[in-house]
Amino acid sequence: MRDIAIVATAQAPSRTATTLTTPELLVPVITDVMARLAPAGVERSDIGFWCHGSCDYLTGQPFSFVAAVDVLGAWPPIIESHVEADGAFALYEAWVKIQTGEVDSAVVFSNGKSTSAPADLVMALQHDPYVEAPLWPTMTATAAMQARACLDAGVVTGAAMADVAVRNRRNAMNNPLALLRGDHTRDELLSSPMIHDPLRSHDCAPITDGANAVVLAAGDLAASWCERPAWIRGIDHRIDTQRMGARDLTVSSSTMIAAERAGVGHGRFDIAELHAPFTHQELLLETALGLDPEVTSINPSGGALCANPQMAAGLARIIEVADRIHDARSDRGLAHATSGPCLQQNLVAVLEGA
Amino acid sequence: MTAEAPPTTIAEDGSFTAPFELSYPYSRTVGPTLSRFLTGLQDKRIEGTVGDDGRVFVPPAEFDPNTGVACTQWRTVEATGTVQTWSWQAEPAEQHRTETPFAWALVLLDGADVALLHKVLVTSPAHIATGMRVEVVWAAERHGSILDIAGFSPIDHPRADTTASTTADTSL
Repeated sequence: MRDIAIVATAQAPSRTATTLTTPELLVPVITDVMARLAPAGVERSDIGFWCHGSCDYLTGQPFSFVAAVDVLGAWPPIIESHVEADGAFALYEAWVKIQTGEVDSAVVFSNGKSTSAPADLVMALQHDPYVEAPLWPTMTATAAMQARACLDAGVVTGAAMADVAVRNRRNAMNNPLALLRGDHTRDELLSSPMIHDPLRSHDCAPITDGANAVVLAAGDLAASWCERPAWIRGIDHRIDTQRMGARDLTVSSSTMIAAERAGVGHGRFDIAELHAPFTHQELLLETALGLDPEVTSINPSGGALCANPQMAAGLARIIEVADRIHDARSDRGLAHATSGPCLQQNLVAVLEGA
Repeated sequence: MTAEAPPTTIAEDGSFTAPFELSYPYSRTVGPTLSRFLTGLQDKRIEGTVGDDGRVFVPPAEFDPNTGVACTQWRTVEATGTVQTWSWQAEPAEQHRTETPFAWALVLLDGADVALLHKVLVTSPAHIATGMRVEVVWAAERHGSILDIAGFSPIDHPRADTTASTTADTSL
C-alpha cells in the first residue's frame, strides 16, 4: 500500500441559504485549497485526479455536477470523476485511484445545497424505490424511529441526547464556519417541544449550504507539499442492508466493521469527528467506535449538528481532523462519514501526523 | 410514472398544442419477486420470502442481505402485527397524501421476522406505542403498489393503555 496524506484543506462558511450556483459555491474553495499549496510551487497542472461529491436530487437538476468541471479548468484535459454521495466517499475513490499508482495526487471537493429543495423530503428518495420511497419517509422521520428504538432499548436517554447537543454547540463557539453555536443547558434544551416525536429541534442538524475541498498526495510528494501531512493510516466503508426492518437500528454494525478494517483499535485518539446529523446517532457511533469522551475530544468543531451541508458534511469531518494534525494539535485522529437513512453506510478513516 | 395528460389540440390557426410535463416518463418492471408481492397486495394477500437464515422478509427480499443467496421460498403472513418503533409526522407533506398527522412505524407482521415500514393512522402520538397491536387498512382502490396498504390501525388496544407509555418524557 502507498502512503497517502491530506496535504491541504479549504472550507466555505456554512450558510442557512444561498442563491449561489454549484460552480459559484465551489470556486472559492478550489481557489483556496490550491492557494495553500502555492508556497510549495504546486499548480493545477500538477494535480493527477479530481473527484467531486454532490447530489443532483438536492440541487434539483440532472447532471448538475458537470457544471463543476468548469471550476476546475478542464483544458488541457484532466482526469475527473463524481460520486452521487458525500465528499468523504469521493475521497475514498481518490485514495483508491492513488493506490493504483495511476496518479500521485488528487483534489477532492464537495458541495451541499440542501436549501434549494425540501431536503428532508428529497432524501426519502434514497430508500427502496418500490416498497419504501413511495411512502416518502423523510430523513427526520426515519431518524426519529431509530431514536425511539434506541430509547426503548435503553441504549440512549433523552438526557444523553441533549448533552450531545450541548457539547457540540459549545464546541462550535470556537468554529467560525459553524451555523449553530451557543452555551445551553440540558434542561433548557429538554424544555423545548418535540418537533418529530421523539426528536426535539436540538436533536436534528440544521439544513445547511456549504462546500469544501482537500488535496491528497502520495509519499515523498506529500512530504514536499506539506510540512506535516495528515497521513491516512486506515480507511474503509461498509453498508447495512437497504431494508429498514432488517436492521438492528440500535447498533451501527457497518461502522464496527469499517472501524476494525481501518485499524481504529490500534491506539488512542486525540480527537474524533463523527458525522452524526442526529444526537442519538453520535451516541451510537461512540459505542460502535469504542470512543471514550474522557480520552478523546469528540467533535471539537461542533460536528454536523451545528453545520450540515449534505454531501459535504462528511468530508468536513475529515478536514477538521486533518487541520488539527497539520498544525500539530493532534497526532492521531478519527474521522467518520455517513450516508443513507439511519447511519446506513459508514466510512471510517484514521489520520496520523507521523 | 405516467401522469394524466391534457389532450393534444390543433387550433383554428393550425397551431399545435401538446402537453409537456417535466418528468422522467419511463416505467420499470419490478421483477418476479416484487411482482408477486405487489400483485398479492392488490388481492389483500401479504407474502414474504424466506432468507438464508430462515427469517421471513416482508416485503420480500430478493436476496438474503447477509449472504446474497437468492430467496425463493414464500410464506403468506397475517394482516396483523406489532409496532416495533414509531415516530410522529405532525405536519404531513403533499407527498404523504394526507393532511392528517400520522405515525411512521416499523410493523412486524404476524408470521414475519423482518418489519415493514409504513404508516399508522392514529390522530395523536398519545394513541400509539411500541408493542401496540395493529392491522392493515386496505386502500379502497388497489393497483399493485405498497400504497395498496393505506396504513395500519390499532386493534384491541384501549386508549388508556397507550397513553401512559407514549407520553413518557424521553428525557428521563
